[in-house]
Amino acid sequence: MAKLEEVCCLQAHEEAAWCVAWNPTGTLLASCGTDKQVRIWAQEGDNWVCKSVLADAHTRTVRSLGWSPCGNYLASASFDATIAIWSKKGGEFECIATLEGHENEAKSVSWSCTGSLLATCSRDKSVWIWEVTDDEEFECASVLSVHTQDVKRVKWHPQKEILASCSYDDTIRMFREDNDDWCCFSTLKSHSSTVWSIAFDKTGSRLASCSDDKTVSIWQEYPPGNEEGIVTMDNDPAWKCVCTIGGYHSRAVYDIDWSHLTNDIVTACGDDTVRVFREECGCDKNQPSFSLVASLRKAHSQDVNSVMWNPAVEGMLASCSDDGTVKIWKLVNDIP
Amino acid sequence: MSTEQNSEALETSENCPELKELAETVFDMIRDVHDPEKPETLEELNVVSEEGVLVSRLPAGQTLITIEFVPTVPHCSLASLIGLSLRSKLEKSFPEKHKVDIFIKEGTHMTADEINKQINDKERISAAMENPNLREIVDRCTSDGPG
Repeated sequence: MAKLEEVCCLQAHEEAAWCVAWNPTGTLLASCGTDKQVRIWAQEGDNWVCKSVLADAHTRTVRSLGWSPCGNYLASASFDATIAIWSKKGGEFECIATLEGHENEAKSVSWSCTGSLLATCSRDKSVWIWEVTDDEEFECASVLSVHTQDVKRVKWHPQKEILASCSYDDTIRMFREDNDDWCCFSTLKSHSSTVWSIAFDKTGSRLASCSDDKTVSIWQEYPPGNEEGIVTMDNDPAWKCVCTIGGYHSRAVYDIDWSHLTNDIVTACGDDTVRVFREECGCDKNQPSFSLVASLRKAHSQDVNSVMWNPAVEGMLASCSDDGTVKIWKLVNDIP
Repeated sequence: MSTEQNSEALETSENCPELKELAETVFDMIRDVHDPEKPETLEELNVVSEEGVLVSRLPAGQTLITIEFVPTVPHCSLASLIGLSLRSKLEKSFPEKHKVDIFIKEGTHMTADEINKQINDKERISAAMENPNLREIVDRCTSDGPG
């Protein structure tokens, strides 16, 4: 067993804080919220302090954030239907582009592993893929209208140009490039309500999803010719739900993150709790079991909206909440 | 740490006096919410009722307010606005934050499932309240004066 120790609590936003995002080196934490602002936090001595406030780019709630893999760009998706691209030059952030095209609230943004592609999604049911040119231009490469409802989240595979999206239509979709265009090659169905968020493990061969149905699902990729004999189509891998984690969350699960350092999974829940799950030792990869190793009730005083593991510091994570705070935690594995 | 598994909520306004009192307070808050297009209040139109308010304690200790309402007609196009107004009224009236679920009473609307999902999606609610037109209607329905 383990426990979550609070490293710091930041009074980050006037109203709800919707998203936290670590830069790739884990030295900066970005947060955003209903106050239409993005804040950048960094450690100074023992404290975490606000280094920059990114305002005036959005006219409504800033819903989510994504850092480019090089760490020099931050993208923010807003309910004002736009995505702003911020360039970090020295210690300052400058808005260098505003991506327009979505018809209404933009919900999520994600950079591909090389940084050459950006994905965005919206309540307008579409997923957009943008090509990032060398001179900081963003060109729409594809508009994917596959989901039948509001698309909540987009997330790129950690090593490949494969994109996953999840939706209010209860499904997860996988996309890949197919001759000059993009196509959906897999639809993952197991949740009985909105899929709020998704996270790949470090290999990209597993995906975790969390839902309004209060469960977490673990999906396994089966490539063509897999030894388990799982049927694949058109030389694309098949994705199967190999585990459902139920009975722990008492409200909707709004966010999930899979540590690429420790393999632990953290969830953000509408019951104000942050939970950490770990795969049990010696599991068959086709039938894994996960156990709850840490659970902190009242981690925040309201819904927890977002969680993310620090990509460089083992066991460190950030969370944020409707209560406007951002908190940084350390998972301590002290109980044998 | 013991393994945390959910059990059904133990206490509700049906068996706990404290929660019953809270349910009554909730009803007092929402009874005067106005219909989006009629002059009457939701209580006068029998859209909300005392029986439609349930308060319970979640396993993690928070208070959950569940409101069930009955649209005036089964094809009521304003049901989602009624849901938004009820939620907004509670948020304005309560100093502390409670969990709130709002549902259409089963069998009283043709697209109840669809509307129930929409009016309990926090992202949709939050975005709707930033829409000036919707905000104006909701503010009008939840103001203290006559609609």
